[in-house]
Amino acid sequence: MTTLGHGDLPELLTLLIGDEKHDRSSLSTLDVLWVLYDRVLGEDDRFLLSKGHGPAAYYAVLAAKGLIRVEDLPRFGAFDSRLGHHPDRVLVPGVEISSGSLGHGLPIAVGAALTGRRVFCLVGDGELDEGSNWEAVQWAGRIGLAALTAIVVDNHSSTYHWPGGVEKRFELEGWTSARADGRDHDVLERALAARANAAPHVVVAEVLR
Amino acid sequence: MTTMRERFYRLAADALEDDPRVAMVFAEIGVAEMPRHPRLFNVGIREQLMIGVAAGLALEGMRPVVHSYTPFVVERPYEQIKLDLGHQDLGAVLVSTGASYDAANSGRTHQAPEDVAALSALPGWTIHVPGHPDELERLFTRSLAGDDRVYIRMSQETNDAPFHGDGVVVLREGSGLFVLAVGPTLGETLAATGDLDVTVAYLATPRPFPDAALREALRGTDVVLVEPYLAGTSAGEVSRALRDRPHRLLALGVPNAEFRHYGTPAEHRRAHGLDARGIRAAVVEFAASTRRL
Repeated sequence: MTTLGHGDLPELLTLLIGDEKHDRSSLSTLDVLWVLYDRVLGEDDRFLLSKGHGPAAYYAVLAAKGLIRVEDLPRFGAFDSRLGHHPDRVLVPGVEISSGSLGHGLPIAVGAALTGRRVFCLVGDGELDEGSNWEAVQWAGRIGLAALTAIVVDNHSSTYHWPGGVEKRFELEGWTSARADGRDHDVLERALAARANAAPHVVVAEVLR
Repeated sequence: MTTMRERFYRLAADALEDDPRVAMVFAEIGVAEMPRHPRLFNVGIREQLMIGVAAGLALEGMRPVVHSYTPFVVERPYEQIKLDLGHQDLGAVLVSTGASYDAANSGRTHQAPEDVAALSALPGWTIHVPGHPDELERLFTRSLAGDDRVYIRMSQETNDAPFHGDGVVVLREGSGLFVLAVGPTLGETLAATGDLDVTVAYLATPRPFPDAALREALRGTDVVLVEPYLAGTSAGEVSRALRDRPHRLLALGVPNAEFRHYGTPAEHRRAHGLDARGIRAAVVEFAASTRRL
């Protein structure tokens, strides 16, 4: 499969969800996903998409990188399509976890990172309402799980907000953190790299709703 | 004799030493019983994380063993069991301690007689209900070698002797009812039926239910199922196994009710009709009723 560039993503998204104005929840993650797959993830790294809602951006990036087939995109959500509205790792090689129910990815990422594997996990700011995330944040921070990076795509969708910034809660538990413009590829790349060696790291990628 | 729980901690410690694929994920309970080991992970009192971490370890090819008190293994993180393990198609060995009414004086918060029924509602689980520490050893050791989803329900109640056959093991032949005792109910069942002309058989692995073995072992038409957890948990399985044969079924077990009593396991066993006297009364009544039909 040939790989495509960032400029091809709009066309791939059109194959997935048509020409109408794209669902915003599916696009808040687009640039973060691109930076991860284009600049950050190595062959031995794992990327776990915990925020499985609105996976069009995810599928578009996977297709651009040759991890899934472009010709599968138009059948998004069809009965026998491998590409559902929530991703299924059993159906799609290249998808590392099945997600959709919120608050599951980060605990799984912690378990995978315990083996020393570099693991990146993308969650949403609304998803962080789920208490299961905080079990993972607390424990990963306290044991200094340096192989783990969380990316919070913050489009301010949590009804009750995170006063003072959601990263404060991670820092209190022992994480390093960085905040970045969720559309700026260079800034995102630097934020993902700006980490200590003995702690898990969180990047809050801010995206306007 | 050592309890199943004591035996489990010894086996778990040995497995960590012997098999680099094995990792243990505990949530405080049991940690004090184990030697420290780099692959024994104590996540604190965080059971959702306990299952998620096990799934992540399995994703990396490890064989995770999860252990806690029954309600905190099966019920509190039920969606994690469904999604992080089942839906991801990842394996783990869940080992619970504190069966049904083992914690009689602790009350409802520490009792989960619905554990086997709850896990049976999810696809792909093998469920072992050992009736003796030696059975636990055999089943746990075998489970470690696989990569499937296994639940092992340990109990304080144990039978006098282990029975190691797979499927349905016939222990006593009779011409009347067919009494199938699961796990630790066998001792009371044998005592209940000593002078009755019934067949007594034993089952330690109720899931997947051994349909063919039951069909082969069954003489007659009338089955009494004695389960140490929620009454009727395997009634549907018996019904499926015998779907093309006329049969009658009496399913004994822990009633589906808020049972607001403390006391001892023996008192609970008696109250639920799972002591020898209760089982005997139920069997005799069922035999009489079936003859009337």
